[in-house]
Amino acid sequence: MRRWSTDRILGWAAADFVVLVFALFPVLWIVMLSFKSPATVTDGSFIPNEWSTENYSSIFNGNSPFLDALRNSFGIAAIATVIAVVLASMAAYAIARLNFPGKAIMLGAALMIAMFPPISIVGPLYNMWRNLGLYDTWPGLIIPYLTFALPLAIYTLTAFFREIPWELEQAAQVDGATPFQAFRKIIVPLAAPGVATTAILVFIFCWNDFVFAVSLTSTSAAQTVPAALSQFTGVSQFTAPYGSIAAAAVIVTIPIIILVLFFQRRIVAGLTAGAVKG
Amino acid sequence: MSTNVPTQTGAIAEAPQRGLGRRGRKPISDRAKAERKLGWMLCAPAVVVMIAVTAYPIGYSFYLSLLRADLRFPDQREFIGLDNYVTVLTSSLWWSDFAHTMIIMVISVSIELVLGMLLALIMHRALFGRGLVRTVSLIPYGIVTVVAAYAFLLAFSTPSGGFIPHWLGIEHDLVDQGHPVTSFLVVILAEVWKTTPFMALLLLAGLALVPDELLEAARVDGATAWQRFWRITVPLMKPAILVALLFRTLDAFRIFDSAYIIGQNGTNPKIETVSILGYNQLLNRLNLGLGSAVSVLIFICVMIIALIFIKGLGTSRPGEG
Repeated sequence: MRRWSTDRILGWAAADFVVLVFALFPVLWIVMLSFKSPATVTDGSFIPNEWSTENYSSIFNGNSPFLDALRNSFGIAAIATVIAVVLASMAAYAIARLNFPGKAIMLGAALMIAMFPPISIVGPLYNMWRNLGLYDTWPGLIIPYLTFALPLAIYTLTAFFREIPWELEQAAQVDGATPFQAFRKIIVPLAAPGVATTAILVFIFCWNDFVFAVSLTSTSAAQTVPAALSQFTGVSQFTAPYGSIAAAAVIVTIPIIILVLFFQRRIVAGLTAGAVKG
Repeated sequence: MSTNVPTQTGAIAEAPQRGLGRRGRKPISDRAKAERKLGWMLCAPAVVVMIAVTAYPIGYSFYLSLLRADLRFPDQREFIGLDNYVTVLTSSLWWSDFAHTMIIMVISVSIELVLGMLLALIMHRALFGRGLVRTVSLIPYGIVTVVAAYAFLLAFSTPSGGFIPHWLGIEHDLVDQGHPVTSFLVVILAEVWKTTPFMALLLLAGLALVPDELLEAARVDGATAWQRFWRITVPLMKPAILVALLFRTLDAFRIFDSAYIIGQNGTNPKIETVSILGYNQLLNRLNLGLGSAVSVLIFICVMIIALIFIKGLGTSRPGEG
């Protein structure tokens, strides 16, 4: 092993430190803001002069639209994720494993949709959903999320499935396993990490959406957190909603931080597999 | 052991199947037929959903863009050809919004490329803390864009008690029409903060393709770090760089969330991008005809950007690079 000079160690330590500050400082600021008492929320200090959890109790109080929005966000993102991953697994399995004409077109079309500007379909969807009664409902958001989640999921899963040594399945069959046993015992465990990774990416994607949420919902029946955040009003009309916005922003960030901390490697693998190897 | 297990990548998907193909084109066996059918069946649900919610609305959008279709005046609905496009393309609003979008796109993607490359090099080469840096830099990627936009808006805006004007001793609001330059900077900053990690990860995947021996050989030959970076690393990474730029440029052109949150703030707000223009026409003014024309134009712009990049990518199409 080469010996590291003090300069190099200090240089990399400084680089690491800059990255940490760059990535975490805005998050830290929102956390600080969320703990300011309503009286000091606009005082311009970074660290609260008066610590308070009042912003949190205000967004979790019964009348606040935030709880509904949180429930909608979780429900809609989870359902969309499950459906997208199931449908995309089927398609990706076919693309990675089977030989059939049209699979190159399939991948090309998925890529085109992934590049697609969401605003281009918001107008027609708004009109269609109002006629079909899907405006401001869960399915009214789940369905558009699927179209954008599916290409992402198909790309990522295809990249993962191509890495699976499918020959193992046949080897197991030669050794006497039934086709179903071979698939379940050999392939499923090999595919599971890729599927989990894809599910995380799709969930983050749906959790993050704003364009559809703000266009296709209007009430607490289906409004998700990002849309609700943009329409927050204060506890009373005389208080600025900044504290509540900050508190809600912290809450909606926590699930993502948990996912990132637990599945960091997977997320990196998924992002690069989908985008570069695809 | 059968050689019929397709493990090929998309690039050679059209090549004749190994094994069967080598013996020339035989009439399709039952097995291959069954395989085809299964392949189509497995893809069908995903295709149906994507067509129903993407292709159909896009077609419908195109159709609406040829109509006078204002939800407030349903009786006046009629076919007017390309009039909506003429209206949009001759309005100063479209062009100023287009300029806003391009400014945000070009500046933020350029900064992201430089910062992303630095970040990727840190993740790739750092003596220590690589895992930590990777984990931490994923946090901005995961943060809801609206939250990121609020973090920057509330930090820079005076009425909300932002700490930055406070620290700089500035009285006026930095995120207001009175100061469009700083407002733009805040939008760009939010965008850069949120998406640089994504850029860095794509570039990191490209860096992994550069063989260490080559860099070592160049070092032995006396090339400086700077020369090695520009003469070896960058050329070998070119496909990865182009893919990363393509993804980010398309994404930045569609910018909505942060411009909407930051640009709507203040006493006389306005950082309107083309996506926000489309949104306002469609959902605030309920003018489906004009709004759809804007949507179709955005779609065309995205296609043009994609084509330019794919041409730049040469023979390797994105996703196969």
